[in-house]
Amino acid sequence: MKERILTCIVCPRGCEIAVDLSEDGSVTGVRGNACPRGSAYAERECTHPERTVTTTVRCADGGVASVRTRTPVPRDAVFAVMAAVADVTAPATLSVGDIVIADVAGTGVDLIATENRRPTK
Amino acid sequence: MKDALIIGAGVVGGLIARELTRQGLSVTILEKMPDVAMGATRANSAIVHAGFDAKEGSLKARLNVRGSEMMEKTAEELGVRYRRCGSLVVAFSEEEEETLRTLLSRGERNGVKGLKILSRAELLAMEPNIGDGVTAALYAPSGAIVCPYELCIAAVGCAMDNGAELHRNFEVTAIEKTTDGYRLTSSSGESVTGRLVINCAGAYSDEVAKMAGAGTFTVHPRKGEYLLLDRECGDTVGRTIFRCPSKMGKGILVTPTVDGNLLLGPTAEDIGDKEDTATNAAGLVAVRRLATEQVRGIDFRKIITSFSGLRSVGSTGDFIIDMPIPDFVNVAAIESPGLTSAPAIAEYVTELLEKAGWHFTPKEDFNPRRTPSHAFRDATIEEKNRMIATRPDYAHIVCRCETVSEGEIVDAIRRNPGAVDIDGVKRRTRATMGRCQGGFCTPYIAEILSRELGIPYEEVTKSGGASRLNVGRTK
Amino acid sequence: MKKDLVIIGGGPAGMAAAVAAYRAGVRDLLILEREEKLGGILTQCIHNGFGLHRFGEELTGPEYAWRYEKEVAELNIPYLTETTVISLAPDKTVTAMNRTLGVFTIEAGTVILAMGCRERPKGALNIPGTRPAGIYTAGTAQKFVNRKGYLPGREVVILGSGDIGLIMARRMTLEGAKVKAVCELLPYSGGLARNIEQCLNDFGIPLRLSTTVVEIHGKDRLEGVTVAAVDEERRPIESTREYIPCDTLLLSCGLIPENELTRGAGIAMDAVTGGAVTDEERETDLPGVFAAGNVLHVHDLVDYVSEEAEIAGRAAARYLAGHRPEGKPITVRAEGGVRYTVPRRITGHGAVKIFFRVGDVYRDREIAVFDGDRLLYSRKTKKLAPGEMETVALSAEKIASVESGEIRVTLRDPKNNK
Repeated sequence: MKERILTCIVCPRGCEIAVDLSEDGSVTGVRGNACPRGSAYAERECTHPERTVTTTVRCADGGVASVRTRTPVPRDAVFAVMAAVADVTAPATLSVGDIVIADVAGTGVDLIATENRRPTK
Repeated sequence: MKDALIIGAGVVGGLIARELTRQGLSVTILEKMPDVAMGATRANSAIVHAGFDAKEGSLKARLNVRGSEMMEKTAEELGVRYRRCGSLVVAFSEEEEETLRTLLSRGERNGVKGLKILSRAELLAMEPNIGDGVTAALYAPSGAIVCPYELCIAAVGCAMDNGAELHRNFEVTAIEKTTDGYRLTSSSGESVTGRLVINCAGAYSDEVAKMAGAGTFTVHPRKGEYLLLDRECGDTVGRTIFRCPSKMGKGILVTPTVDGNLLLGPTAEDIGDKEDTATNAAGLVAVRRLATEQVRGIDFRKIITSFSGLRSVGSTGDFIIDMPIPDFVNVAAIESPGLTSAPAIAEYVTELLEKAGWHFTPKEDFNPRRTPSHAFRDATIEEKNRMIATRPDYAHIVCRCETVSEGEIVDAIRRNPGAVDIDGVKRRTRATMGRCQGGFCTPYIAEILSRELGIPYEEVTKSGGASRLNVGRTK
Repeated sequence: MKKDLVIIGGGPAGMAAAVAAYRAGVRDLLILEREEKLGGILTQCIHNGFGLHRFGEELTGPEYAWRYEKEVAELNIPYLTETTVISLAPDKTVTAMNRTLGVFTIEAGTVILAMGCRERPKGALNIPGTRPAGIYTAGTAQKFVNRKGYLPGREVVILGSGDIGLIMARRMTLEGAKVKAVCELLPYSGGLARNIEQCLNDFGIPLRLSTTVVEIHGKDRLEGVTVAAVDEERRPIESTREYIPCDTLLLSCGLIPENELTRGAGIAMDAVTGGAVTDEERETDLPGVFAAGNVLHVHDLVDYVSEEAEIAGRAAARYLAGHRPEGKPITVRAEGGVRYTVPRRITGHGAVKIFFRVGDVYRDREIAVFDGDRLLYSRKTKKLAPGEMETVALSAEKIASVESGEIRVTLRDPKNNK
């Protein structure tokens, strides 16, 4: 039995959560979270941590557009996502929610635009 | 071949260039930095001294008093802000009060008008925030303030508008005598020729003189550190408040600036490195401590920046303005009151040349005037709207703290001598100089510089050389 | 030009205020925005973490702004972009300028101040040394990276552990820069715990508490900084000086409400927040002029900015309908570890939510509100930190019960009830 202390990143409250881990790494208990999302986070964080990637993509007009992964991706895949984003040029016209890269870096998650933009003059 | 080659585009070189252009000479100014006003002109106390400090009979005394008389008209013609706010030298002891009396009589002998010693009560009526320990003061109504780099930029600009050339990044590394003048060669191998050379190289004027075999004097840098406070503090004092002078100079002063800020400093530290403009903690602490003795109620939370400048202190104790070899003029060791004296130095150099046999045919269409860089800012709403009608970019504010428009920034880049970097725009427009210190507007100014100069965004620099703002594009 | 309501600033506060005012019946209104599009600082805050309270989902800054831009568009609320307000007169005349209208004035029936805040610059921090390129506030770097698409540097030290600094530590790392350290003068971080976790710990970036930058090195471009640990009085300890080579220093040392227009109008200011003094409607001491969002006090979450701006928007509508506060206001005083409160006075009779921040890190304290010696409200807390805004909700009944004319918001230790 091991205890791991986490800072919850689900919301700005930043709860300090204690997670009980068994020998095989499975979660046997979660304490200190203020909401159910916290316990889900803690369990995930100890077994397969995930992060939303937010970055910019280069657009056809030379400028950039803000993008994110639609849902969190495995934390280990963050730099693979960044590399995939660096390889593409997005259209100069984008709307919030447009898919910029489908299934980015093989994560099964789409990279979507988070801003509306038109080509710069 | 030019008539005159001027080495150094500081306030002295700039005003000499303007004067010689007026006298009908063809002039080229050589500046080792990417912009003008980058040496002692960039960072000093910005004071037009009344003229009671310098020893009577010295060149300093004569040119100070004459420069002080000339400054108002020079500034007006060049569209440079100038304010005759008056100055006070404060005494903290009986001994220092004695010094005030010495200064008073010296000033009177130097020809300074209106000097008067004030009691503490009289002083308080004039400056309610004067320090508790101050016992008396010498009042000089002719003391004034001016912005040194604005004056320099305008002087160089005026000379250029009248035909002078400016070569930037031209560091003179060799001087040869030719049959009819001199050939100056730069570190990058370029060369220019001229019948006459004026050495206004500031901290390096001794080295330039040596290169030409034109003098054995030396110039050493004396560092002065300053603190600049927000414009909210600009009315802490109404006049320039000096301490009694010592052998290291005039001591710490507290003064309003023409921009309405409050300036404190300088320290005086003799150093070896002519490029060392780093500030240090001890110096800044000293400025705060001493300034607090002179003036009460300085709100140090409102400091917006600290900086330091180098004064060029000569080995002779006086300005060195001479022609030791034919057609080569040294204008060296122009320490305080150099800024004040600058217009008079230009006049003096002209006289020196005439004595040496130069005959001038003044340029008939010489235009001594220049549109102020603050023309838009100071305009009435009606005038502003007329200007905006033809130039809509005057209505697009880029620097929100100092209310500087895109149009004014474009002008700073296009007008002589054009700004080529962020600091150059700052010195010409005040953009980035306000409370946020460029936090909001730097990325926009970089865009305007990139567009106007036709250079990629990532090549825009803060202050020339390797001072790029960005290392490259993302991705 | 005349307008019932002029809103200065089209960021999250300005947009939320406009929408709320519109829904409360104001039709003759105008938003003035200095940037080329609405959204304010959110347009460069491309990270997620916005909107959990407001929309129940995690949005990025541009997406959060877009929610309000859509409403502004749907309601046809007029706005002018690239329009800078130059002054606000005590008679509520707004002077502004833009390319098409030149310098123009608007006689406003009411004004909502929503200009946001700015970062504390380097100069104010007064670090000795040279003045090379490569020193930026975190927000300026954020603009370069996220809006312009340029990388300000490759080896980075960050001074100050405010949220923007933490966010930029991650952002620069993702873009290939090496962030060598985040130095914080105080013994605790002013940023959110989640940001320390996901922006620093995820990437192994050290957070060095009680440490500051004591010297800047480099001629043209930054070449390095000297850092040093500080003692309890925050003075650098000489023996701990350490040189860190870097080409970039980012400063994340706090935010200051941007109130030049407010001061120009002669409106009373709060020395602690740097914003105006207001009542619970966010009305300043200049009747008909309201303030909301970071221009009033720096918020930790944009969700609260929106909430506050809606209060101001509705209040402006009521003002235009002729409503004026009656009777003697109740003063709200911050005490015992509470740095400030918004509002500073209560003029109405409804329920009031008091926003406040504490001055230090506190564990196991009770937030208490007193009317004289009478306890009006209390709540136990596990942890309070200066980086996080706290609230106290007082019901209309509680407000009505106040007898002393003043309420005090304070912290006390439940063990000794002090």
